[in-house]
Amino acid sequence: MARKTAAQRREARKNALFVLPMALVAVLLVAVPLIYVLITSLAASDGSGFTLANYKALLRADYLKVFLGSLQLALLTTVLCFAVGYPFAYCMARAGRRWRSLLMLLVIIPFWTSALVRIYGWKILLQANGPVNGVLRALGLIDKNVKFLGSYGSVLLTMVYCLISFMILPCHSAVDKMDFTLVEAARDLGAKPWRAFLTVTLPLTMPGILAGCVLVFVPSVGLFYLSDIMGGGLVLVGNLIRDQLLKVRDWNTGSAMSMVLIVLTAGIYLLYRRSGGDDLGVF
Amino acid sequence: MALDSRRGKKRKGKKRKIFSPIYLTLVLVILYLPILMVVIYSFNSGRTIGAWQGFTTGWYTRLFGNALMGDALKNSLILAALSSGLAGAIGTLGAIGLARGHLRGAGALESLATLPMMIPELVLGMAYLAVFTAAGIKLGMGALVATHTAFCVPYVLINVKSRLAGMDPALEEAARDLGARPMRVLRDITLPLIMPSVVSGMMLSAAMSLDDVVISFFVTSAETTTLPLKVYTGLRSGGTPEINALSTLMLGAIFICVALSQLLSARSARNDSTRSNAAENRSS
Repeated sequence: MARKTAAQRREARKNALFVLPMALVAVLLVAVPLIYVLITSLAASDGSGFTLANYKALLRADYLKVFLGSLQLALLTTVLCFAVGYPFAYCMARAGRRWRSLLMLLVIIPFWTSALVRIYGWKILLQANGPVNGVLRALGLIDKNVKFLGSYGSVLLTMVYCLISFMILPCHSAVDKMDFTLVEAARDLGAKPWRAFLTVTLPLTMPGILAGCVLVFVPSVGLFYLSDIMGGGLVLVGNLIRDQLLKVRDWNTGSAMSMVLIVLTAGIYLLYRRSGGDDLGVF
Repeated sequence: MALDSRRGKKRKGKKRKIFSPIYLTLVLVILYLPILMVVIYSFNSGRTIGAWQGFTTGWYTRLFGNALMGDALKNSLILAALSSGLAGAIGTLGAIGLARGHLRGAGALESLATLPMMIPELVLGMAYLAVFTAAGIKLGMGALVATHTAFCVPYVLINVKSRLAGMDPALEEAARDLGARPMRVLRDITLPLIMPSVVSGMMLSAAMSLDDVVISFFVTSAETTTLPLKVYTGLRSGGTPEINALSTLMLGAIFICVALSQLLSARSARNDSTRSNAAENRSS
């Protein structure tokens, strides 16, 4: 009996050795930096102890406007990703076996492809003398080139474009798992297609939809280089934090902003888990 | 009545048969069009990314003649190789340790290690810059490798952990019963079985590292620039065909990583299904 516990203890010690490098990375490169940000956000700028002044400094009208603007953009992005991505995921899951794995691969490749390069592609497409303007002119829909770049719409478009795979993948697996005899039953009982969809399909695929919304919303709050590249000077919370650090060099306020962002994204995540959401392991 | 409803279903089925492929194709075309544009315009002989002026491969030869670009390419490849290698080793060991289990705080450790996937990159990047500056750690290649390893570990960990969970424990038990020592079981049984998922996780890590702008932006020094950073600065000042050529090379590298990763996970899934089929045949 005693020998067994000794062996178990040895086993446990060996397991601890296995996870040691990961524990070091997790503590030194995840926990320590984040705790440092928390401390910086609470430190007085003159070094005289702890204060909430950095958080109070965020309650400026222009900052609040940027923050609300970012949230609005993130929300719009999520809604549009759902509107375009859900039907895609649905059609994909209902497509024939032969097509499904090909479609899956075609969705996954851009998902892992450089967001930067894909945004650049839109910049080429939308530029003043670019292909989109060319096609619209050839069709006679416009006579003068439209300035797409820098508009709010162009930022929203690229945002949806960059994040839509995060909506498609969980929705697809939810539709794929669904039992379609339930829809048939609803139809046989006289429900119109739309009613069957709203009362059967939609509630049953809700876990996938929620996962997709979280996966789209969280990164869309923090994307900062997108509006830089598309131009137009739209300031999002990400740009604000970067400028606070690298231009204004006010680390305390920048850290406070980051903490708000962490609490917001982690809060959404916790809320999602609390409401019974699955692991977001779609990778 | 029954006939009626069946006919109705058929009609509806036909409608979907037309709508569905059109919609799928349309979205896929929009998904790939911008990527295609970057590649096509890298062969444009014009000096700007503006109108199409004819075909040339000159931008690629210019790119290879450019020492700065060569450095960026070299840095990116070294960075991707080192950080995916380190993440592969650390994540695999971690996954095995967590799965063998009975560790106190295993759940907390796993959450902490996968946290970089959940919080905005920007926040992580600024946290690194702040803590490195405060600790007097030199920015540059060392800092890049450390931070990239940190955000790559979750991809390996998740991949390997799910593979370990799906593995038949009887295989390891059999080896142990036949007298193999734990290290031998690990080397001869466990590692070969999880290898595809390790490599697939490492390939995804390499793709993430080759693609990262935000974290690199914060922890790099003036001397060590990477390909995505070069593309980013080039884009902010409007973009040139040279940047297109560079992006195309980057796309190629990432595409190879993702394709390899997909191939490996598809093959290991297929192996599993043939193995379980064989087991079923044997038992019947």
